Amino acid sequence: MWNNGYMKSPLFKVIVIFLVTLICLYISLPAKLPVRFKVGRYSFEKTLERGNIDLKLGRFSFKRSLDLVLGLDLAGGSHLVFEADLSKIPEGEKATALSSLKEVIERRVNLFGVSEPNVQTSLFEGKSRIIVELPGVSDPKEATALIGQTAQLVFAEVKEIKEGEKKTNELPFTFSGLTGADLKKASVVFDNTTGKPSVSLEFTPEGAKKFETLTERNVNKVLPIFLDNEIVSAPLVKEKISGGRAQITGDFTLDQAKKMAIELNAGALPVPVKLVEQRTVGATLGGESIQRSIRAGLIGLFMVVLFMVLSYGFLGLVASIALFVFAAISLALYKLIPVVLTLPGIAGFLLSVGMAVDSNILIFERFKEERPRRPLREALEVSFGRAWDSIRDANIATLTTAFVLANPFDWGFLHTSGPVRGFAITLALGVGLSMFTGIVVSRNLLRVLVREKNKND
Amino acid sequence: MINWLKYKYIYFSISLLVLSLSIFGLLRWGLKLGVDFTGGVMAEYKLVKNAPTEAITSQIEKELGVNVSSISQVGSDDVYLFRLSNINESQKEKLNKILKDATNGKVEELRFESVGPSVGPELVKKTVYAVLISSFFILLMVARQFSSFKFGVSAILAMFHDTFILIGSFAWFGHFFSAEVDFLFVTALLTTLSFSVHDTIVVYDRIRELQKKEGGEITSLANRALSETMVRSLNNSFTIIFMLLAMILLGGSTVKWFAAALLVGTISGTYSSPFVAVPLLVVWNSVEEKMRLRRLSR
Repeated sequence: MWNNGYMKSPLFKVIVIFLVTLICLYISLPAKLPVRFKVGRYSFEKTLERGNIDLKLGRFSFKRSLDLVLGLDLAGGSHLVFEADLSKIPEGEKATALSSLKEVIERRVNLFGVSEPNVQTSLFEGKSRIIVELPGVSDPKEATALIGQTAQLVFAEVKEIKEGEKKTNELPFTFSGLTGADLKKASVVFDNTTGKPSVSLEFTPEGAKKFETLTERNVNKVLPIFLDNEIVSAPLVKEKISGGRAQITGDFTLDQAKKMAIELNAGALPVPVKLVEQRTVGATLGGESIQRSIRAGLIGLFMVVLFMVLSYGFLGLVASIALFVFAAISLALYKLIPVVLTLPGIAGFLLSVGMAVDSNILIFERFKEERPRRPLREALEVSFGRAWDSIRDANIATLTTAFVLANPFDWGFLHTSGPVRGFAITLALGVGLSMFTGIVVSRNLLRVLVREKNKND
Repeated sequence: MINWLKYKYIYFSISLLVLSLSIFGLLRWGLKLGVDFTGGVMAEYKLVKNAPTEAITSQIEKELGVNVSSISQVGSDDVYLFRLSNINESQKEKLNKILKDATNGKVEELRFESVGPSVGPELVKKTVYAVLISSFFILLMVARQFSSFKFGVSAILAMFHDTFILIGSFAWFGHFFSAEVDFLFVTALLTTLSFSVHDTIVVYDRIRELQKKEGGEITSLANRALSETMVRSLNNSFTIIFMLLAMILLGGSTVKWFAAALLVGTISGTYSSPFVAVPLLVVWNSVEEKMRLRRLSR
């Protein structure tokens, strides 16, 4: 096919690479880029705006925001790890208990109003953990209290103490069958008479029936309401209540009432949890880290480019162009996949920049050897061909380690922590991509450029 | 051509010296374990310049009843890193109050990490698993690649050489610069494993290529392979070292020691490929040869 030969031409490939790089560059731009410069008396000022991807092709639609997804250590936020106490759960039901625990915690976090929270479970040697990540929450005190609360709601009846009976050590209550599980909805309301915040309860039809018989039995008696084994309210029942509505009043602040409503709506935790790890990063430190990393990256990159040009001259320049293509595609990939960028993740990227020129160095050193034996173009082709084996073999080792560190299948016996993973993912992406840019990009660039040179000879 | 292998006993002596320094450091001081391993609190606060750290320390110990391991300045002169044993929410509130009082309210919590005591042992186990799995795969790969036990074992020995030096260096850094071993150190350790093998494979590949093409005695083949790959090996390490140096000098406190660990790993990995892995292979070969000759002469 005539088309085939045309597509195989290096010039065509270079043009494709150039276009891809341009697209990637556009993607890797920040959302708003102020451009300001002055030429003599004329000054130019404009803010470039980069759109987001919003494709629609018939039924298929693809939407992606093109902003970098920053991890907690860069954007600020809290990383909380809770340990679930599954000791009282029978062996076969542990997995279900843990997943329902996760669901309840997820619901609570969502109701708490954090944007893009992340809740994960991890199992390691019989220990069950729930990992909660809350971006933007720099004081996790409230969140911790909200998540950690079991929120077991129970209505109790006061035991009749007949005359003549002595005080016993037994609790003077019996717990009724009406619990938080019978709730349909809880919401914050303000009490009609006192104006104080209180929590209004709405029962399921079954719960409403239970509530009706319970109140009928306890007219003119106190009906204590327990939340996590503490009395939150003990209203006096004046008459039988049907219709399935009740109200918990007490000396609550608005925040307390809100928290209680969230806990009740999300449901009780099936097992108690304990906070075992907490990491919080303020937004200032994160921003500073980004600034420092960018500066370190630019200076390092400059050194690498300088070194390559000084060592290999024209070839080094081509390698630097390939490195530039590498950086643009990397950034674009982080945004498209998207990769959650953490501080170690940036370190992984910077490290991969240092490693990316390795394939070029291998090839150019080979070229130095082959050059005296063959004509220029042939020597280049042979160098690329021979060096590929070493490059592939050498990079497989790095990719293997990165795989173990990234732990993509969430194996419980390996690390699942964000920072380690972030490093491994950017490193693996970098190494993989560098094989492409170091070989395909620089090879085709050289094919085009060297041919031109030959004509001039 | 340079006769690299003539000096193989010098290379072995250098490695032996550095390894003994590592052993010395580990036995004498041990590693300084961070909160990731020991459990406890590590928190960074922005206070005022010349904050009264000693008064703060004694106040925390008195009012909270917990042990303060250290309060040290990091980065700019008003940022302090606190290390203490684990505290609960109400103790944390007391801590905030103490800091507020000591600085006239100019406190900003930059980072607060608290790790429970159960997390550390788990991290150690996971690390051991990760190292074992990585080394196993790498060994498998090297053995398959060269279909030779000698190549594989020599490469792995060089790899352990680098790992050991990295761990030993942190005993020294820990003692003199109070560098801690944490999560990220473990990551750097695993990356060093792959680095080390990465370089070795390139040299071995070259030896094999020469063996196939021209054949001959291993020492001269190894010498040629070393000459041909030396510049590449150094140049590649330079570019990595540039990036890491930039990170150490300009990066924040969190990545500084991580980059330093990677730097030690890179330098040791670069050294060990030509000066440990290849001489080992050659010595092994010549010992084997001698044994064969002795058996024949008998």
